[in-house]
Amino acid sequence: MSTSLCDLPALEQLRLIKSREISATELLEAHLARIDAVEGRRPSTDAYTPDPEDLKYVHAFITVTRERAQAQARAVDEALANGQDPGPLAGLPLAVKDIFCVRGTPSTAGSRILERFVSPYTATPVARMEAVGAVMIGKVNMDEFAFGSSSESSAFLPPPGNPWNPAYVPGGSSGGSTAAVAAGEAALSLGTDTAGSIRQPAAFCGVVGLKPTYGRVSRYGLIAFASSLDCPGLMGREVRDVALALQVIAGPDPYDATAAQVPVPDYLTSLEQPIEGMRIGLSPDYFKLKYPDPETGEIRERGIAPEIEAAVWRAAEVLAGMGAEIVEDVPMPHTRYGIPAYFVVSRVEAASNLHRYDGVKYGHRFEGPVADLGELYRRSRGEGFGPQPKLRILMGMYVSAEQYEKGYYETALRARTLIRRDFDQAFDPQGDYRLDCLLTATTPTTAFKIGDVYGDTVMMQYADSLTVSANHAGIPALSIPAGFDSSGLPIGIQILSPDFTEGRLFQVGRAYEIATQDDPWRQETPMVVKSLEGG
Amino acid sequence: MPQNADQSQPVIDEAIFEHLVGLAAFHLSEQEKAYLRRELNQQLRSIRELEALDIGEDVPITSHGVPYSGATAAPLREDEAEVCPIADDILEQAPEVDLRYLVVPDIPHEELE
Repeated sequence: MSTSLCDLPALEQLRLIKSREISATELLEAHLARIDAVEGRRPSTDAYTPDPEDLKYVHAFITVTRERAQAQARAVDEALANGQDPGPLAGLPLAVKDIFCVRGTPSTAGSRILERFVSPYTATPVARMEAVGAVMIGKVNMDEFAFGSSSESSAFLPPPGNPWNPAYVPGGSSGGSTAAVAAGEAALSLGTDTAGSIRQPAAFCGVVGLKPTYGRVSRYGLIAFASSLDCPGLMGREVRDVALALQVIAGPDPYDATAAQVPVPDYLTSLEQPIEGMRIGLSPDYFKLKYPDPETGEIRERGIAPEIEAAVWRAAEVLAGMGAEIVEDVPMPHTRYGIPAYFVVSRVEAASNLHRYDGVKYGHRFEGPVADLGELYRRSRGEGFGPQPKLRILMGMYVSAEQYEKGYYETALRARTLIRRDFDQAFDPQGDYRLDCLLTATTPTTAFKIGDVYGDTVMMQYADSLTVSANHAGIPALSIPAGFDSSGLPIGIQILSPDFTEGRLFQVGRAYEIATQDDPWRQETPMVVKSLEGG
Repeated sequence: MPQNADQSQPVIDEAIFEHLVGLAAFHLSEQEKAYLRRELNQQLRSIRELEALDIGEDVPITSHGVPYSGATAAPLREDEAEVCPIADDILEQAPEVDLRYLVVPDIPHEELE
């Protein structure tokens, strides 16, 4: 286990800063040095030729905002020197997924069409974190417009690598975020989750990832993908770090009508309360589900990877040992329709959101001669979008066409109702199961090799099989590390709970962390960090 | 849901695909077209899993998961005009501007039937 400053949990870094044992500037410089050591060549939109050397590095950042961060760190240090409290995130280095607009910085969404876009305003979650002392160290890579589960679809290449083995993907779409946190390039990261885009990469990279309840965190300033599913959320190395940051970003926002008027509880106070008596469910529908056969592409019923299934059962035992009541055989029969319904709903919303990119108001514009406005649109969008946005727009237009809408779109929205009902019944305090939480695997497999799945959009989508239902239902879900597979790649487990009960997720996640804190796997260090120590 | 008795045949044929490409306003290479059409048809295979659902119109539509009640929904703001303090920053992002107007090429006209 690394003992470097960069690899400490955010709360410990915060303690060191507030006690003046280190300065925010020292902490930032340590992180910048880590970035310089593990990043490799900076991702760009230049013609990309894969190089075996790329498979040794993380490539998480599209933009490192070095001078901006240094100014923020100095401000924190000055405030502390003057006896002021810079706030609950004082000096913590923050990596922001490049889908959040931040004033004066490139905000690309991983797309060539926004390559030169410099945002004139700042997203609410970023603004709230910076207002209480967070130091934004840079903007991190992602799947183009968050369309993917490996971060390979970014227009900015090389793609991010998994810090535990950079020949493997970090997951996606928030792969730059989780890679940066796992590699000690940032203490916290802000990402988004539309089908699992925080939890799946968190599981792949061995970090904690939270998708809050839809409406818990403002979407203002988030470059939209699927507006009814998009959820800003957080990644950190410990549950406490994520709870600390959610405290800051949660709550109503006059700039987002979907940010709910629901009071934000004190997450840190309840964090280590006992879980005794909690009813935690296990569902067979999360151990066996329909997804494509990797060899043939045929969609058939298959079990999740045995090592991952074993990690879930082990977690259930651990939680039972702390007094939780484990409830087996909870039916969640509509889980298997999560991906098919998502293929429809997300595409319709994506197509609608991506019509705004036209080469006129902002973003990429075709520079050659054009006959008329129509050709400008076609050429600008043809050059600016990569294959994944194009696919999503085309599918969205197809399934929402007048003659098909009832068949595809309405059916998918009704399937979404059934998915929500599964959770309502499982969590119903007067129902048969009366669950406080559901415990599942986060992903059917651990991370796959770079290049192994990319291009097969069906296989890639099914990486979100176990996470997408929470997006359809809007409920919160937390992924936490739960060991490693025999290849040394991280395994994640997922906890799901009713609307606006993020505090309960933190409580269960923290209980698991405490119970397993002395497990040998907790001492492991990511390959990219280990190689620095070895050198 | 459109039926296709022969599951091996693509639902999105070349004509439908070209229509969609026109609506989406994309200029595509032949290579891109082949990839995109193949993937669209693969995705439709997954979407057809929804056919297994016995779902009637008695099941309401969910447009987003979390129910919004009057108590949790944000109140509407007053509809008041305000001067935009960052208008110049916004204009700076436009590819072509003339005297604070966005420049566009000729807009094609067509007779609508």
